[in-house]
Amino acid sequence: MNPVILVSDVVTRFGDNLVHDGISLKVQKGEIYGLLGGSGSGKSTLLREMIMLQRPQAGEISVLGHDLMSLGRKEAAWLQRQWGVLFQAGALYSSLTVAENIGIKLKEYAHLPKNILGEIVRMKIRMVGLPDYAAELYPAELSGGMIKRASLARALAMDPGLLFLDEPTSGLDPIGAEAFDKLILELREMLDLTVVMVTHDLDSIWTIVDRLAVLGDRKVIAEGSLEEVMRQPHPIVKQFFHGERGRIRSQHGK
Amino acid sequence: MKTMDHQADVRFLQDEEGELLVVSSGSWRVAALKMVVPILERQTRNIRNQSLRWDVSRISSIDSAGIVLFKHYLDQLQAQGCKVEVVGASPAQQKLYRMVTSYISASPEIRGSPQSRLLRPFNRLGELAMAFLRDINAFLSFVGENFVVLMLLLLQPWKFRYRAIVRNIQDAGVGALPIVTLTSFLIGVVIAYQGAVQLQKFGANIFVVDMIAISVTRELAPLITAIVVAGRTGSSYTAQIGVMKITQEIDAMRIMGFEPHRFLVLPRVIAVMIALPLMIFFADIIGILGGMLVANFHLNISFTEFIHRLQNVLEVKHVWIGIAKGPFFAWLIAMSGCFRGFQVSRNTESIGRYTTISVVNAIFLVIACDALFSVLLTELGI
Repeated sequence: MNPVILVSDVVTRFGDNLVHDGISLKVQKGEIYGLLGGSGSGKSTLLREMIMLQRPQAGEISVLGHDLMSLGRKEAAWLQRQWGVLFQAGALYSSLTVAENIGIKLKEYAHLPKNILGEIVRMKIRMVGLPDYAAELYPAELSGGMIKRASLARALAMDPGLLFLDEPTSGLDPIGAEAFDKLILELREMLDLTVVMVTHDLDSIWTIVDRLAVLGDRKVIAEGSLEEVMRQPHPIVKQFFHGERGRIRSQHGK
Repeated sequence: MKTMDHQADVRFLQDEEGELLVVSSGSWRVAALKMVVPILERQTRNIRNQSLRWDVSRISSIDSAGIVLFKHYLDQLQAQGCKVEVVGASPAQQKLYRMVTSYISASPEIRGSPQSRLLRPFNRLGELAMAFLRDINAFLSFVGENFVVLMLLLLQPWKFRYRAIVRNIQDAGVGALPIVTLTSFLIGVVIAYQGAVQLQKFGANIFVVDMIAISVTRELAPLITAIVVAGRTGSSYTAQIGVMKITQEIDAMRIMGFEPHRFLVLPRVIAVMIALPLMIFFADIIGILGGMLVANFHLNISFTEFIHRLQNVLEVKHVWIGIAKGPFFAWLIAMSGCFRGFQVSRNTESIGRYTTISVVNAIFLVIACDALFSVLLTELGI
């Protein structure tokens, strides 16, 4: 089966700063794929390249079988409708209510009557576990966890097959983070999602990630399931999983 | 995976036994649904108390939006007394249907009683009036807090932030000189031109000096300078303080015991109150200069003649009155700029809104204050 996302030999440079030097990885359909690495290892940059916010200097990225480096305008527009993105800080439009935030893409692309649009929006709000009254609130009136849920609902508005999450549990308390992880698992089950997430939350890595890639030294230093990655002798991997916090976490297992 | 989805389709047919058959096909995904909505809307309206079969086996793919649409019309048919038998649903479709309906079946929570259309304008008017009163209340308490901090500082004058005051004079005063020069010069030119046309008719060319001198020094220079400062400095005060509020810098200052009024508001207010009178004096000179040039070229009044006349007609009180308005205007501009900055709430949009409000408020207050001065000084015979 063709991978959903195929990254091969990507090179990214900001001025003199080489961020990626020949990165390759594969995301299969239906899996939750984690991108790991320390700060500045270029995992968020890689995510931005996958969703066409940025262009690598060299290499190839293909998503759903389309090569992002040589994409027509129409194909790009189609592709943008196949994925949803949850930004780190939510990036909800602050002048719109939660319901308007979720409905804006539907309104623009789907041309459905108002009442059905409202039903779809209400369904998404409940799907991500927000209370009904949240629909009328503005982003400034939401708590951190609610912002994450609302932007997840917005990312899911068009029923995308592919979901990108940029540090979904950062800024959440442990209970909120665990609930959010569970929500992502449930949604994957219900909607047949493929999920790519940037994270350094050890709990998320243990509980919901199927396969992961660890970035470091401008390269992918390990890729595979958690067990496979942990067997790698690379010092960065060791630091990450066998450091103080990693050791405590691994004693608990799933 | 296909690049372009084919559209959703639905047909209403009669089968051989006269039973109504609904056949839906194609992709029932959100972007492909727009064709079927009018068909469903038109057809379902007229079907009552019949039994029909809905064949969904030819739907190639469906997402939650498609399910919502399907369920919406299914419910409508059932509400109209029809018996609907859905056939051909795949296990995946059934699973999605169960999932979606579990989220939409529960009725929405009731939020507030719906308002009658007639009452809405009155309700809105009341809200606006209350908001206006709250605004005035908030402004007065802001002024009060500022006054208290000022009084405490006067007891310990070494605690004033002199450095910040000087820097703000640099920003608000010196930095604004080019634009003040340009506008006041043009005002002088405009007054001279307008006056020249009228006065030439009577051969009273020389009176253009009286006109320029008094109107510029007493009214126009203070007003124009204040408006420029309101647009330039008042707005930037709102934006600066607003951003500090969003990034929680104001909170950080408060917990360290740095009173925002002492560190942010008073240096700005005092700086503008010092800078504006000086700028008005500067604008007086430039405005008269502009008028003098036009008088020379257009009315053949030589520079010496102009200055000689100026010395005779321009009483110094006019200049002083113009300059004396400066601190009042400056206080209004800086206070409304800072006050609106503190009102900025958590979202980015409110910075833009409050910046606009602060400039509009400042310009209005300046003009209202000027009108008050005019009435007062005329009544006093000054």
